[in-house]
Amino acid sequence: MIAAMNWSLALPEIVLACCAMGILIFGVLQKANATFACTMLAVGALVLTGALVLSGASGSGYRGLFVVDPFADFMKLLVLVGAGLSVVLALDYNVHEGISKFEFPVLVLLSTVGMMIMCSTANLMTLYLGLELQSLALYVLCAFNRDDMRSSESGLKFFILGALASGLLLYGISLAYGFAGTMDFGELARALTFPGTASPGLIVGVVFIIAGLSFKLSAVPFHMWTPDVYEGAPTPVTAFMSTAPKVAAIALLLRALEVPFHGIFQQWSGLIVLVSIASMLLGSLAAIGQRNIKRLMAYSSIGHIGYALVGLAPGSQEGIRGVMIYMVTYVFMSAGVFAVLIAMRRRGRALEQISDLSGLSTTDPGLALIMTIFMFSMAGIPPFSGFFGKLYVFRAAVDSGYWTLAVIGVLTSVIGAFYYLRIIKVMYFDAAEPAFDPRTTSLTFVGAVGALVTTFFFVIPAPIVGAAQSAAHLLFG
Amino acid sequence: MNAAGNAAGFPILSLLTWLPLVGVVFIMTVRGSEEVVARNARFAALWTSLIIFLLSLKLWFGFDPAEPGFQFQEHLTWLPDFGVDYRMGVDGISVLFVLLSTALTPICILASWESVQTRVREYMIAFLVLETMMVGMFSAQDFIIFYMFFEGVLIPMFLIIGVWGGTRRVYASFKFFLYTLLGSILMLLAVLAVWYAAGTTDIAVLMTAQFPARMQFWLFLAFLASFAVKVPMWPVHTWLPDAHVEAPTAGSVILAGVLLKMGAYGFLRFSLPMLPQASAQFAPLMFALGVIAVIYTSLVALAQTDMKKLIAYSSVAHMGVVVIGIFTFNAQGIEGALFQMLSHGIVSAALFLCVGVVYDRMHTREIARYGGLAQRMPAYAVVFMLFTMATIGLPGTAGFVGEFLVLVGAFQVNFWLALLGSMGMILGAGYSLYLYRRIIFGSITRDDLRQMLDLSPREIAIFAPLVLLTLWMGIYPSSFTGFFDATVHAMVEQHAAALHAHDFASVTR
Repeated sequence: MIAAMNWSLALPEIVLACCAMGILIFGVLQKANATFACTMLAVGALVLTGALVLSGASGSGYRGLFVVDPFADFMKLLVLVGAGLSVVLALDYNVHEGISKFEFPVLVLLSTVGMMIMCSTANLMTLYLGLELQSLALYVLCAFNRDDMRSSESGLKFFILGALASGLLLYGISLAYGFAGTMDFGELARALTFPGTASPGLIVGVVFIIAGLSFKLSAVPFHMWTPDVYEGAPTPVTAFMSTAPKVAAIALLLRALEVPFHGIFQQWSGLIVLVSIASMLLGSLAAIGQRNIKRLMAYSSIGHIGYALVGLAPGSQEGIRGVMIYMVTYVFMSAGVFAVLIAMRRRGRALEQISDLSGLSTTDPGLALIMTIFMFSMAGIPPFSGFFGKLYVFRAAVDSGYWTLAVIGVLTSVIGAFYYLRIIKVMYFDAAEPAFDPRTTSLTFVGAVGALVTTFFFVIPAPIVGAAQSAAHLLFG
Repeated sequence: MNAAGNAAGFPILSLLTWLPLVGVVFIMTVRGSEEVVARNARFAALWTSLIIFLLSLKLWFGFDPAEPGFQFQEHLTWLPDFGVDYRMGVDGISVLFVLLSTALTPICILASWESVQTRVREYMIAFLVLETMMVGMFSAQDFIIFYMFFEGVLIPMFLIIGVWGGTRRVYASFKFFLYTLLGSILMLLAVLAVWYAAGTTDIAVLMTAQFPARMQFWLFLAFLASFAVKVPMWPVHTWLPDAHVEAPTAGSVILAGVLLKMGAYGFLRFSLPMLPQASAQFAPLMFALGVIAVIYTSLVALAQTDMKKLIAYSSVAHMGVVVIGIFTFNAQGIEGALFQMLSHGIVSAALFLCVGVVYDRMHTREIARYGGLAQRMPAYAVVFMLFTMATIGLPGTAGFVGEFLVLVGAFQVNFWLALLGSMGMILGAGYSLYLYRRIIFGSITRDDLRQMLDLSPREIAIFAPLVLLTLWMGIYPSSFTGFFDATVHAMVEQHAAALHAHDFASVTR
């Protein structure tokens, strides 16, 4: 065990946390509304943190509580991208809704710090702390529009169910600790090197940990909160929730299952298969009947998590690589879709029904085109990036002989294609509704970034795929 | 660019594939009033597609027919660690389909010149994107790249049917998309399995890879799921009549002319060379499905009251003949199938254009609404007559050569197969002549029919190349069969050798 502090390994997290505090103080001291300035500062802080992540060294710090490796860096950068795009999305939305407060970007930053710690966790205690820091800020963000019933309701619902999930997780951690005698990932892995030595109590603990994390991922059967919270929360918060925390939770799950608990792979793999199949089925079937597009995106995100978990089930390097690529494609698609959803506004009123998109291709061809790209991509149609995400996770499943999972996965993706196509149909085939209010530059920016990455991912996929490959390799090594 | 193999330095296939997107970018940047945009979009699309067609003639003149392997190869590293690279190349099987695609696209754009008046810009963009996908698919020499183009075709076609289609366009476009997606996504799993087993997706390498017989069985079924829907084979053909009826004229033309060839091309490119044992094993099933398609859909065609639906069902029947030809595993059958695909690509495209001509004037496809057109439209009657004869398979037209060769090939396999397959020609004569008689002959009974004008110069310009090609293919077919003769013979030999090796292995075991 390396007993060194190596505190500088956490420099990106430390800097981001300090920036959050600094921006908070700055905002308080300003007389006028400083939201715009604070948002820009927050974006700057995220960029700075990203640069620090890129330039930072790898290693283990805080007496083994904290680890920095290419896998953590990869996921952290993705989290930062998701957070940055969401902060930009919130800019105009919050002004329109009358909730333009400088605390918003600060809360996003704090939540992001938690997510980055989740990516770097090397101990069950760090895992819990990171998760809670992330969640607490998110509870507040969900209820950010406090005068709105739905927003408050979604914050409360998320908090109560989230607290329950945290309890499950903590219970699982304590069981694991009790039966293995350690919370350190490395020592847990060593304790489990001989298959058959794992006590049933430890396995029950792992099941509880998976259940707790599945809640954060909104994987079936712990998904119940998702549609309501997605619908109720302010749309930029929904955008944030569907990108960055998902990445962090997936990173956490990957690391927790692959590093300390890889020895009992046989025991947890079946569970992941089950959760994955259930998520893909529910995500594609339940979305068909939705009229509210935010609820639809909630079910869509449940489905996407199901596909990502397909890559985790085989417990192989190819699988980890597949999940990482899937999350890259997913973050950009998802942020882009929410940019379009936030642009849905007529005479100052935000719209949420799918039918409100009618005839968008004639009233705003650019927006319709962007949305079409995301929808085809989410359906997994080449050459868009969503296809590659699916390609790599299914490749991992096929390589390891998980044929049932792969076949169910592709069949649900055809069902899923139906509701994505329905949105394209509404935009292109139906008669036009009155035009939306002119969209702002920030929305166009996020939408365009997402669309460009989604469309041109296929031109040079090698850097991202290669980075994911080496990160997955090192996670195993 | 890393030139590999017998690469000619000039990346002609990539140019043909990606050049339409340059036109797309140009059309997207056009500004101005709706009318200006529409006019510029039309001309930009026409010029782009014409230039691409002229460029593609380089394939016609530069292709070496004696060489059975891939030519005009290109190679760019893409995902080097995974054995997936951007590889392009054409052999005798694919080269003519590239030409067919580049030739039909300008014709389609001309055919939509006046009939498409709404959202012209998007329409032209969709057609140019479609051209990229089609050409790319036929030139891809890597399985993953092939798959990307193969499925990418769905996007523009979905929009073409859904936006510019008829009254039931939403139903037809969804059916088209989901049906084909379901098939091709099962193939994706097979592609992944092949990729994993062989470590590469280079088609030239995969064609010589020998997969275990049991794996071949499953791979064949997965490929069948995809290609059978695309061909389309009975009983998964039901999306085709709907798609054809609802699509705008040019959409039907490209659907019948090129997209229907994708499935049969897939059988020839992948199933036959990569899965020889499974292909032999499944041949009886394929024959049965082919024969059913020929007889059943011909009978269904007889009962149609909608012109487009009738031609759509006749397409299914003709493609049944193609499937029979492919699985005879002899040179005549396969060459016949290829020739039939090409001739069907020209003739059925022309027939849909013929329907489009009268539809543009009367806005109905009901056969009963017409009659006696020969009196008012003599030129149209002649053109229609020629293509009707070609679809029946009259000697001297394109349709004859393919069907004849397939039947010769089928005869070597089984007498009854040839006999049942030839029913298609008889029934085909039935429904085609019946259609022709009802539309062209008789006396004019309705006033609006008296007002109809004969072919305009634009329409003559559309039909002239198709008429020439139909006659050329019928009178001097060897200028086309010459292209694929060497490749097909090599393929047949390789197939026989693979089967023999397998038999030998099982005997010695």
